[in-house]
Amino acid sequence: MDINFLQTLLITLKLATSTTAILIIIGLPLAYWLAYSHFKLKPMIEALVSMPMVLPPSVIGYYMLVIYSPHNWFGSWLANAFDIRLAFTFEGVLIASVLFSLPFMVQPLQNGLRSLPDTLHEASYTLGKSKLTTFIRVLLPNIKPSIITAIALTFAHSIGEFGIVLMVGGNMPGETRVASIAIYDEVQSLNFTVANQYAFILFAVSFILLTIIYTINKRHDTWKIL
Amino acid sequence: MENIIIDIEKSLITAQGEMILRINASLEFGDLVVLFGDSGAGKTTLLRILSGLTNPDNGFIKVDNSVWFDSDSKINLVPQKRDIGFMFQDYALFPNMTVFENIAFAQKQIDRKQVLELIETFGLGGFAQRKPTKLSGGQKQRVALARALVRKPKLLMLDEPLSALDASMRTLLQDEIAKAHSYNETTTVLVSHDLTEVLRLAHKVIKISKGKVQTYGTPDEVFIDNRISGKVQITGNVVKIDKQDTFYLLTIVTGMNQILKVTAFQNDIDNLREGDRVMVFSKAFNPIVMKM
Repeated sequence: MDINFLQTLLITLKLATSTTAILIIIGLPLAYWLAYSHFKLKPMIEALVSMPMVLPPSVIGYYMLVIYSPHNWFGSWLANAFDIRLAFTFEGVLIASVLFSLPFMVQPLQNGLRSLPDTLHEASYTLGKSKLTTFIRVLLPNIKPSIITAIALTFAHSIGEFGIVLMVGGNMPGETRVASIAIYDEVQSLNFTVANQYAFILFAVSFILLTIIYTINKRHDTWKIL
Repeated sequence: MENIIIDIEKSLITAQGEMILRINASLEFGDLVVLFGDSGAGKTTLLRILSGLTNPDNGFIKVDNSVWFDSDSKINLVPQKRDIGFMFQDYALFPNMTVFENIAFAQKQIDRKQVLELIETFGLGGFAQRKPTKLSGGQKQRVALARALVRKPKLLMLDEPLSALDASMRTLLQDEIAKAHSYNETTTVLVSHDLTEVLRLAHKVIKISKGKVQTYGTPDEVFIDNRISGKVQITGNVVKIDKQDTFYLLTIVTGMNQILKVTAFQNDIDNLREGDRVMVFSKAFNPIVMKM
């Protein structure tokens, strides 16, 4: 098989895996906070988290480019202090991808936590357990279906990401060229065989992931809290 | 004598509109106290305030010389620090844990022997490795009781523990609650609106109505009307009023689910309606006891 083809698939996989891993770490505490906080400005934070679901990827991509730009304080600080440039690099794409997939991780987790009866964490508190122990040992194990859904959705969504990668990363083989962009590129060069291969793989992976989600949710249909 | 002193105030929004919950009571250590009253009277809220799950607007709660809540000096212990056991109306067992794990989770340090001992005490021997979804209502209740007890709390609170069970199961589990209370001589506060339960279990009764303490005393002081010198007193609810020729026939269901038929005359009936709570009593010699 063509080395470029494999390389592109590998970068796609690396991007999706890293995005998902980072989002688990960010998403769990954020979802917990959103599920239980009484902070007045919470609706604003919730709106911000959900923005990527309604905004065109090009809008976020544009803002990311502006932030990354060395003409801007953040971009110039990164360049001067650490000699890091994020525009058109894998890391730059990764940060954008994390932001863009945020709601796909946070929303299932938040809904899962909200669906648990309040008495569950209250009972744990009356038994002398801290908020952290309660979160890890009582809440998380009881929202397993939501966790699996969140991970699978985030992964599938990151694999399929197109617009934001193109804006922030361009189409650099071996660095920022992912499968979805490769398809576009191959079609442009009338190279339909390769485009077809990429397309089929993306289709198959997404299909399998979604089937897993629905199977798990169906199995947990009878899974009720009491 | 060690005491639990409660003097709190909280404004609540209820289905009937705004209500001020104002409770002032002192409980004696070792007592089993029943909070009795209609739904919406503030019983559950009082339990939640005692446990630290709900904050009162002002007042104080003092247990055995340690202050749990004091609005003046801004003291408010979190539930974790209050040394309590709380049994929720829905039991709130952790679905991801087995019976054994549910009880062991509550321990400060894992002590398998104590868990197994509690499992035996509450007749859960064969169920230690089952998850809560595979238990009956009565079994869940016993697991919740055992879990609330395992830390040997100073104050054990039970929120309508038996409301979801049928009559025969209730009687059985009332004994379990008495057992739980004496397990480590804790002070127990139990919410109930079942009179049988109150009379069987309570040392003291706090009768709450519309957010205020109406009466506080022993069950006899609170419920038995001393103006009646009857020797047999049965309380129940009127379920049917049938008019016969010159009198009425009342069907009354007692707290023990017995059905009584009692005759009544027009002047008895005047302010009685179906659903009313009544006391049936008889004086002097006429109730005759026969062994069955």
